[in-house]
Amino acid sequence: MNLFALFIAFAKVGVMTFGGGYAMIPILEREIVDKHGWASSEELMDYYAVGQCTPGVIAVNTATFIGQKCAGNIGGIVATLGVVFPSLVIICVIAGILTNFADIPAVKSAFAGIRVCVCVLIFNAVVKLWKSAVPDKGALCLCLGVFVLSVFLDVSPVVYVVVCAAAGILLTRLGVRGK
Amino acid sequence: MMLCLRLFWEFFKTGLFAVGGGMATLPFLYSMSDATGWFTHAQLADMIAVSESTPGPIGVNMATYVGFTAAGVPGAVVATLGLITPSVIIILIIARVLAAFRQNKYVDAAFYGLRPCSVGLIAAAGLLVVKIALFDVDLYKQTGVLMNLFQWKAIALAAVLIVLTRYVKPLKKLHPVFFILGSAAVGALFAF
Repeated sequence: MNLFALFIAFAKVGVMTFGGGYAMIPILEREIVDKHGWASSEELMDYYAVGQCTPGVIAVNTATFIGQKCAGNIGGIVATLGVVFPSLVIICVIAGILTNFADIPAVKSAFAGIRVCVCVLIFNAVVKLWKSAVPDKGALCLCLGVFVLSVFLDVSPVVYVVVCAAAGILLTRLGVRGK
Repeated sequence: MMLCLRLFWEFFKTGLFAVGGGMATLPFLYSMSDATGWFTHAQLADMIAVSESTPGPIGVNMATYVGFTAAGVPGAVVATLGLITPSVIIILIIARVLAAFRQNKYVDAAFYGLRPCSVGLIAAAGLLVVKIALFDVDLYKQTGVLMNLFQWKAIALAAVLIVLTRYVKPLKKLHPVFFILGSAAVGALFAF
């Protein structure tokens, strides 16, 4: 396995993925399954599913999986560096440019408009996640509890994550899940 | 040097505990903003918009942007590496025991609790964006006039965007970048 080819393939995936998540599936299919045959479509869906439910950015997790399968641990690291490389370059350039223009009134107004759009995008993301993440009353209680507490208390999100993982196991063992 | 180490550590934590993809890093970034003062809530909202409108996974883009804001190009590199390090370690371990991991009932039960937690955290982070985008708390405090609490032009734009992104069929599938660019134009045109 050519590590350089692995890096380039995942850098391409990084460039062509706008927004991450599901947007990346068709590009992975084309680059990894069709072009290079490094994984089958089924394997890809498996990796994606596990990548979604392990900590971290889904695109990164999926890249590590495929790289590991192709070329061992080094492959996993190279594929991951490939997928983040375009972001590093593009964002540094944009951030560098924007800091020079940030004080122009028209730019300020434009960003005030953009912030409104970000509210709506986050709202839409929450609605979409809600459908798959909150299947029953137990999950509803956890979700509302975390929301209310994190609005009013200044506690690190780490605490909620750890407590909710434990609560998930407890609720399942008590047989509350699915009711 | 100390700053870079701190950046790496903060993003390592984010990468380790943010479950559910890019947006799940948001609550961690808000708590980072409060704890370190590297960037303001308003800056963070702008970073979200740029991260959504540029190539690359949102979570990675935001880490790079925050790192750049805090400490230039070295900061961007360190923050991104910090974010992906826990992922790489965890996935390399899981890859060896993939089948057992997927079927483990404790893993499954833990995620039953983690998914609603992510939604709650993201919604709370969204509320912070709403506070600076749709309201003007400072002006309200200065003047005491209730009408001044709301940014009416912004609220009108939000209402239009919700209808366009959720209920107008041909537009629903459109990439967010178009809505972000449209909102930038409206903002500049009507002096938000």
